[in-house]
Amino acid sequence: MSALDVESATGPATAPPEHGRLFWLLADCGNIVRRGLTHYWRQPVNIAWQLGFPILSVLLYGYVFGSAMTVPGGGDYKDFLMPGMFAMTMAFGFINTATVVVYDSTKGVVDRFRSMPMSSSAVVAGRGVTDLVVACAELAIMMLTAVAMGWRPDGGWGFLAAFGLLLWLRFALIWIGVWLGLLVPNPEAAGGLFAVAFPLTMISSIFVAPQLMPEWLGWVAAWNPISSTAAAVRDLFGTPVGGGDSWVEQHALLMAGVWPVVLTAVFLPLAVRRFQRLSR
Amino acid sequence: MSERHAVRAEGLAKSYGDKHALDGFDLTVREGTVHGLLGPNGAGKTTAVRILSTLIGLDGGRAEVAGLDVARQAREVRARIGLTGQYAAVDEVLTGRQNLEMFGRLFHLGGRRARARAVELLEQFDLTDAADRGVGKYSGGMRRRLDLAASMILAPAVLFLDEPTTGLDPRSRGEVWASVRDLVASGTTVLLTTQYLEEADKLASRITVIDRGRAIADDTPDGLKDLVGGDRIEVVVADRAEIPGVVKTVARVCEGEPEVENEALRVHAPVTDRVSALTEVARTLQDEGVAVEDIGLRRPSLDDVFLRLTGHRTSAEPVRHAEKEAMAA
Ligand SMILES: Nc1ncnc2c1ncn2[C@@H]1O[C@H](COP(=O)(O)OP(=O)(O)O)[C@@H](O)[C@H]1O
Ligand SMILES: [Mg+2]
Repeated sequence: MSALDVESATGPATAPPEHGRLFWLLADCGNIVRRGLTHYWRQPVNIAWQLGFPILSVLLYGYVFGSAMTVPGGGDYKDFLMPGMFAMTMAFGFINTATVVVYDSTKGVVDRFRSMPMSSSAVVAGRGVTDLVVACAELAIMMLTAVAMGWRPDGGWGFLAAFGLLLWLRFALIWIGVWLGLLVPNPEAAGGLFAVAFPLTMISSIFVAPQLMPEWLGWVAAWNPISSTAAAVRDLFGTPVGGGDSWVEQHALLMAGVWPVVLTAVFLPLAVRRFQRLSR
Repeated sequence: MSERHAVRAEGLAKSYGDKHALDGFDLTVREGTVHGLLGPNGAGKTTAVRILSTLIGLDGGRAEVAGLDVARQAREVRARIGLTGQYAAVDEVLTGRQNLEMFGRLFHLGGRRARARAVELLEQFDLTDAADRGVGKYSGGMRRRLDLAASMILAPAVLFLDEPTTGLDPRSRGEVWASVRDLVASGTTVLLTTQYLEEADKLASRITVIDRGRAIADDTPDGLKDLVGGDRIEVVVADRAEIPGVVKTVARVCEGEPEVENEALRVHAPVTDRVSALTEVARTLQDEGVAVEDIGLRRPSLDDVFLRLTGHRTSAEPVRHAEKEAMAA
């Protein structure tokens, strides 16, 4: 007699009713998202950790160094700084993705998911959706902080478009996060990602306009995908300060759309390949 | 077919580079039994379990679980198995209840049934009191039990337990053993890997001994003991210098070759004529003035079986932590 035949009112559950593949992909995805959000619900301090550095930066640069910071071509440094901080918050998000992925894959949670009859794409998709929902919350908190400090963006479609562009950057970085999360050997090593992320994020236009940097550094900073997003959302918020003359700076909006496509095109396949390697 | 098989593997092969993790591994597990897969660290136990639970592909051979081919019917296999890996694969942030409800929903039970099943399992695994505490605060034994509970959500036909008690204190180990016995009573077939000879002996009705990716024996615990021969006489001395003298005495009295465990200061050899051999050895040693710590007869353990089959002790194999870490990655 097989154990599957055993069934009683209080006994073990039987196999589920039949539904289509897409139904279960969405249902599984929803459950993974629910799990991710429950993590934040149970440990709200995690959001504080993730926002700690951006908020500290806002306060430090807004109040302490603010008067010493200048924007080329004039304009309020706050209008330059705040969009940069939003872009930085999105950029640091990939560390968050990687941390959860490395944790799940080394502690056997991913193995458990993979040994279950659920959709395996849902594990990754659910992670991505969770990260985007959390990113929305982070952006909202950052924006309220900025408003409290006197930042006054234009409302309307421009604002929504800016919000969308920031999420678009975050979306692309999910794949870098998943890829790195499957690459690093243990959760401790994931902590080291911050050391890599920090300079990559700083060499951009989030704090200082590239024109004010040494020429070669300014060139690198201008081509940083984070700079394009920061510059594009400054425009969309109705505060186009500190823009440069180079081609990439002149086409910030275009590049803010294109960069995430490029990043996704490179890192999504890498992440998928890494995920498939788990079955080898 | 008079007997049904929950697991049947033939000639499983799996290599990592030029390292053969499995090298023609055969296994047959009868339905409704606990089958022990016993072997030292690095023998290939985890690799076998990961292949049978569809987590990794195989390079050669074929395997059926619950009558389904693991390579071609992976999804169907997954609906019929439970897996408790070497690490307790539960979410540390969620509570015990939230874990079981989440896995229940991911097993496609739907919210209401997932909740009800969680309540039942928490009760069954004695976790009701801790149900709403974060798993991060659980003891090792509680975590393992929650892990087992999660593997049992769909009442799997076959449950794979990969070293379920490694790293647990004796009390938690006993708790896990009790849970496993309950599971089998409810009809589940269990394939249990272990490095603990005692564990295989206690739980399994049949044991496959694995070494270097191959099954080197397949028998009942008693059958394996018979393989080694009958009882053994065992002498423990106080001083290492006494060992050669003891070996000489034991060799003269007993028919089999004495074996020496230098670190344990222990000499043992098979005996047939139990009591007279014991008396004879004891008297001779006393006459020679050897300081004996302990002397006695003991039934063969599975450790002896391993020594007999492979020529080395299970504990003699160094624990390769670096490899474990690399595999976890
Ligand atoms: N992913 C892997 N990459 C490289 N070598 C591996 C991998 N998995 C297992 N091995 C090797 O295969 C052998 C068997 O490992 P394993 O099945 O984990 O043994 P056990 O579980 O019995 O300790 C070991 O020598 C181990 O180093
Ligand atoms: Mg193992």
